[in-house]
Amino acid sequence: MSRQFTPKIVTANALIEGDVVYFTADDRWSRRHAEAELIEDEAHAQLRLIRAVRQQDVIVGAYLADAMAGPDGPEPIHFRESFRTLGPSNYAHGKQESTHV
Amino acid sequence: MYEYADFDAAFVRRRNAQFRAQVERRIDGSLTEDEFRPLRLMNGLYLQLHAYMLRVAVPYGTLSAAQMRQLALIADRWDKGYGHFTTRQNIQYNWPRLTDVPDILEALAEVRMHSIQTSGNTIRNVTADHFAGAAADEIEDPRPTAELIRQWSTDHPEFQFLPRKFKIAVTGSPNDRVVTKGNDIGLRIVRGGAGQTGYEVIVGGGLGRTPMVGQVIRPFLKRDDLLPYLEAIVSTYNLMGRRDNKFKARIKITVFENGMEAFRDAVEARFAQTRKDFSGVSSRKIAEIARHFALPEFRTDSVAAYDAARRSDPVFRSWCDTNLAAHRAPGHAIVTVSLKAHGKTPGDATSAQMRVLADLAERFGHGELRISHEQNVVLPHVHKSDLPALHAALKQAALATANIGLASDIIACPGMDYCTLATARSIPVAQGLATHFNALGLEREIGQLKIKISGCINACGHHHIGHIGILGLDRAGVENYQITLGGDHSENLVIGDRAGPGFAYDEIIPAIERLLRAYLALRMSGDEPFIDAYRRLGAAPFKAALYPAEAERDAA
Repeated sequence: MSRQFTPKIVTANALIEGDVVYFTADDRWSRRHAEAELIEDEAHAQLRLIRAVRQQDVIVGAYLADAMAGPDGPEPIHFRESFRTLGPSNYAHGKQESTHV
Repeated sequence: MYEYADFDAAFVRRRNAQFRAQVERRIDGSLTEDEFRPLRLMNGLYLQLHAYMLRVAVPYGTLSAAQMRQLALIADRWDKGYGHFTTRQNIQYNWPRLTDVPDILEALAEVRMHSIQTSGNTIRNVTADHFAGAAADEIEDPRPTAELIRQWSTDHPEFQFLPRKFKIAVTGSPNDRVVTKGNDIGLRIVRGGAGQTGYEVIVGGGLGRTPMVGQVIRPFLKRDDLLPYLEAIVSTYNLMGRRDNKFKARIKITVFENGMEAFRDAVEARFAQTRKDFSGVSSRKIAEIARHFALPEFRTDSVAAYDAARRSDPVFRSWCDTNLAAHRAPGHAIVTVSLKAHGKTPGDATSAQMRVLADLAERFGHGELRISHEQNVVLPHVHKSDLPALHAALKQAALATANIGLASDIIACPGMDYCTLATARSIPVAQGLATHFNALGLEREIGQLKIKISGCINACGHHHIGHIGILGLDRAGVENYQITLGGDHSENLVIGDRAGPGFAYDEIIPAIERLLRAYLALRMSGDEPFIDAYRRLGAAPFKAALYPAEAERDAA
C-alpha cells in the first residue's frame, strides 16, 4: 500500500516585490494562502508545479508545500508556511500591513 | 577616513550599470531565474521568506556620518524605514523591490559603498575590530590591513568561484573583539622580536554546522609578505578545497581533512611563487592607506563635567559603567550605543536613529561610526566632557540602553522571521529573554554574560561561542531550541558544549531563567561572571538546573 499523499499547494515569491504568492486553480497567483488550489493528487501536484515554474516572468522559486483543508480554504501545516502567510513576528510588516496588496 | 580611489569608484559604477541591465533582462524574460540568481547574489541581493534582502558591506565596520545618513535615506526611500546590522558588520535591508535595487546601489555608490561580494563563494566583507584606532589595548590600527585586503580581494579574478564563501577578520589588539579564530583566515597584528609589527596568521576557523577553532599557520608573518601569503592560502584552498559536497567545502574542512602540516606545506610551496610576484607591495600600500586612517586631533580638556555628571546622575553612571570602553587618548572614551533596547530586534536601527547617530558622531565623535559584530553602533572617539550631552541626546532617540555586555545584549540572527535557511525563529527569543530579565530586575545582578542565538546550524548568530548559546531547530515540525554552554568568543575561542535535549519555543525562556538562577546561587561572589562560574564548576550543576526532572531522577 502506498503511503497517503499529504495535500499540497504551489507557492512562490513574486518576481518584483518578493512577496509570498500562491497558485490558484484558475492559474492566477494570489497573495492569500486560502485562495490556493489544494491539490489532493500527487501526479496532479507535479503537473501544477511544472505549470507554475514556467511563469518565470511573475514569480521566483515555485515549490510544493504541505497544506490542509480549512473552513476558508487551504491552511498551512508547517510553521514555516504559517509564517510565510503573515510576515515577520517582530514588526507588522508584509502581509500584516493594512496597505499590503 | 578612507576614500575609495577613483579606480574603485569607477569599478562600482560600472558594476551597478551592469546590474541594472541584468535586472531589466530578468524582468523582460531574457534571463531565467537560474541565470539571474548568481548575478544578483554577486551584488548582495538575496530572496528571503517574505521579500528580497539587500546586504550592504560596511568594510571593516567603519562608517562616516554621511554614509550613515545615506543608509537612513535608503531605508526611508526604498525600504520600511529601518536597517538590520549583522554579525559581519554589514547592514541588511529586508524589503527592497527588485526594480528599486539598481537605484539603491547608485545611492550607495554616491557615498562610496556597495554590496559587492557580500554573498557568493568569494572573499566576503573583511571585518575588523570595531574599536580599531581607538582601543587602549591596541598595537596597531587593523583597518589599513583590512582595506588592503578589500582592494586585493574585490573582483579578484581567481577567487570569484571559490569552493565556498571565505571570511577574513583582522584585529590589532591582543583582546580579540572580531573572532579571528572563527574565520576562514584570522589575522592578529603582533609585535616581532625586533619590535616591528607583523601578523599572526590563523586559518581554518569557522562556526556553522561543523564548528572549528582556527589554528595558527604562521606565528609571525612579515608585513611585506601579507598579500603573497594570503594569495598562497586562498589559491591553495581554491585547488585543495572540496567542491563535491557543499557542507565540506569550507577551508576548515580542507585543513582538517588534509591536516595542518600538509596544508601548510602546500601553502608554503605556493608562497615561494607568489612572494616574487608581490615583492614589496604590502608595506608600501599599507603605509599609503594608513594615512587615510590618521587619528583625529584629540582634545586635552578637563573631564570635570563628566565626573560631576557621574556623581549626580545614577542613570548616566549606569550607562557609563556598561557602555564605555577604554580609549587610547587621555580624557576620551569609546562609546558603544546599544541596538538592543529591551524587547526590540537586536541590531535594528530606524532611519531616525541612524540620522541621530550620524549627527552625534559629527557633534561629539569626529564624524566616525563603527558597526560591531555584536550588532551595536560605536562612537570610537568621544571626549569624556561630551558624554553627558551625548547621553542625553541618545536618550531622546531611545538609544541610551545601558546593557552592553549584559544578558540583553544578545546577538541574534534574523532567523525564520526573514531567512529562508532558518529552521526556527531567533528574534522573538531574544526579545523575550531581554524583556523577561529586565522585568525580573536581574540583569545587573547577573552581570557579564554573552547570549547568542542562531535560527539554524549555519550559526550566523554565533551560538557556539556564546557563554549561553541557543540554536533554533525544526524538530518534527515544531520549533525546538538547543542550549550550548561554556562558549567563548574571545582570543581564547571555545566552542560551547551542548547541554542536552532541546526546549520548545515556550519553554526556552523559563529554561534560561532556571540556568541563571542556578548561577546566582552558585557563584562565589558578585564578581564571578557566569562563564567563570561555569568553568569552575563544570556543566553538571547547570544541566541539573536546565533539566530538573532528570536531575531528580538521577538523585533518587
